Amino acid sequence: MVADIVASLKHKPGALLPVLHEIQRQFGHVPEEAVELIARGLDLPIAEVHGVISFYHYFSTSPRGRHVVEICRAESCQAMGGRELELFAKQKLGLNYSETTADQQITLEFVHCLGNCACSPSVRVGTQIYGRMSSERFEALIDELGAPALEAR
Amino acid sequence: MAGDPQIKIYVPRDSGAVSVGAEDVALAMDRALADTNATVVRNGSRGLYWLEPLVEVETDRGRVAYGPVTPGDVAGLLEQGLLQGAPTHSLCLGLTDQIPYLKNQQRLTFARAGVIDPLNLEEYCEVGGYRGLRRALTMTGQELVEEVKNSGLRGRGGAAFPTGIKWQTVLNTPARQKYIVCNADEGDSGSFADRLQMEADPLALIEGMTIAGLAVGADQGYIYLREEYPTALEILEAALSLAREKNYLGGNILGSGKSFDVELRIGARAYICGEETALLESLEGRRGMVRPKPPLPAMAGLFGQPTVVNNVLSLSSVTFILAEGAQAYQVVGMGRSRGTMPFQLAGNLKHPGLVELAFGVTLRELLYEYGGGSNTGLPLRAVQVGGPLGAYIPESQWDVPMDYEAMAELRAVLGHGGIVAFDERVDMSEQARFAMAFCADESCGKCTPCRIGSTRGVEVIDHICSNRDREANVKLLEDLCETMGKASLCAMGGMTPIPVRSALRHFPEDFQKS
Ligand SMILES: Cc1cc2nc3c(=O)[nH]c(=O)nc-3n(C[C@H](O)[C@H](O)[C@H](O)COP(=O)(O)O)c2cc1C
Ligand code: SF4
Ligand code: FES
Repeated sequence: MVADIVASLKHKPGALLPVLHEIQRQFGHVPEEAVELIARGLDLPIAEVHGVISFYHYFSTSPRGRHVVEICRAESCQAMGGRELELFAKQKLGLNYSETTADQQITLEFVHCLGNCACSPSVRVGTQIYGRMSSERFEALIDELGAPALEAR
Repeated sequence: MAGDPQIKIYVPRDSGAVSVGAEDVALAMDRALADTNATVVRNGSRGLYWLEPLVEVETDRGRVAYGPVTPGDVAGLLEQGLLQGAPTHSLCLGLTDQIPYLKNQQRLTFARAGVIDPLNLEEYCEVGGYRGLRRALTMTGQELVEEVKNSGLRGRGGAAFPTGIKWQTVLNTPARQKYIVCNADEGDSGSFADRLQMEADPLALIEGMTIAGLAVGADQGYIYLREEYPTALEILEAALSLAREKNYLGGNILGSGKSFDVELRIGARAYICGEETALLESLEGRRGMVRPKPPLPAMAGLFGQPTVVNNVLSLSSVTFILAEGAQAYQVVGMGRSRGTMPFQLAGNLKHPGLVELAFGVTLRELLYEYGGGSNTGLPLRAVQVGGPLGAYIPESQWDVPMDYEAMAELRAVLGHGGIVAFDERVDMSEQARFAMAFCADESCGKCTPCRIGSTRGVEVIDHICSNRDREANVKLLEDLCETMGKASLCAMGGMTPIPVRSALRHFPEDFQKS
């Protein structure tokens, strides 16, 4: 699978980031075993591929929860209670940043600005962005994510 | 109103409006309109975010606005004559164009944002779209560069470098391959104008890039879009396909014999990749390490070739400039800051949103006449302008006109035009600490003052706030800032001292914990 992804994108100039994005999109993270295949396919030193993966905050080398919940901790959100929201989220989920719940459902992350600063504070789950977040709305959002109805879909 | 043909109801689909429920409103509206001849059109936001989700209906008097609307309001709105634009419902805001926040703006770059369906190319053309490109196709590269020079446009990404002069360098540098790179990394917190432009009027950006390609002789463009913007990605991809289908992109554009195409590339969460040389490294598939200049990207940029790197707003403004002429842009503004700036009102304000105005409006006007003062009702205390590397400005300086030079005199920056307001509850020592921590987190690591200095900076601020060797540590912080400011390779390390020092200078009491 990894080899197919590499083969389909290697014609692009500067193909490494597009390849890593596609791998993370399909696997949820960039597995260690993929690194050697990527390096070989793109004719790059393994250390170079590792270096790139570790440089960018986005790429993860370990599996994450089914939902990645990201809290904006940049200035506009700070001005609208983002710091309190961060604390609440950590407490509600019992997680620190980059940790995953025991049931593998939710990984908590922070993000620096979602471009939603006119509706601060902001949270992102998957590709969905939520604005004007409060503790109550956050709680409802998390409950909804864990709801059995969603599991069944 | 069943039977009445073609009533259009607008419900925005940009990520900002959707973040506060526009998708559910659109669904509810769609369902409620099932057996009428009214249809829901998905536009972008008008930028009046406190009113989102904002629903509009087209009438012969113009568009009438209602907001903020929840799905639960839909039935009542329809009962009270939404389809006729009736004013009875309490959410009715009257004619959209007459809402003072919008009416008093000078929307040049954002003239179409929120007005059109971003993915309707015919509609785009009806309201002036692709007029600039058609004109550009009749001009030489040099004439195009002159036009941009004459407009006085300076880069909107932050550094405010004259766009025409950058283009001239690329035009003058002979090469078999040149590139246009759009910087859509919009890393500055408090900024969302690039996002709104791409989600509400993506073709304006694509058209601007095409014009840039014609001007300097480049046939390949890249948009480097931050990963944080999934909706912009989806809309841009669709817009690129539309433009290709209708031959506004690709080979032999509109039969002109000229070619240009654009590829979208996605960032991977690194603030430093907004810096143009780090961005180019990233596009080439490497870590986003800042390159020393020279060589300028204009001479040796992407894959070593002459490259125009411009911000989303710079390129979108070019579209206006070519359509309406350099003069129409150049006549507004103040001093050496010509044209308009799309200011972004964010943080603790009652009326956050996008405000495009000529340079010269004061910060106070933006905060109160547009922003409506604080959201919490508590007095405003500090305002950060120009992103995470921008100064915290105290009330005594809010009468500053928003102009690159006037801001520089205050040891502040205008940057990308993001304005984040804080009320009196802000602790400025925390804000200074955050600036250092952000730099430590996002530094590319190439130079010591930035990488180590910022980490030290966090510790020193902690010491100051816990009253450990206060005097000595304040002095140490000043020295650190001095070194970072002078000895950093790029503005990441070089400008982090700006928010830190401004906090210390204007709000010293916050660093004095008992
Ligand atoms: C740390 C850092 C981050 C930057 N981030 C951005 C950004 O997100 N978007 C942007 O357009 N310019 C950013 N810039 C400015 C770019 O380096 C460059 O000046 C700009 O893309 C040129 O385009 P313009 O002339 O149209 O503004 C950043 C600069 C620095 C030093
Ligand atoms: S100042 Fe910081 S971000 Fe800029 S080149 Fe140096 S280490 Fe990298
Ligand atoms: S600062 Fe949080 S969305 Fe911009």
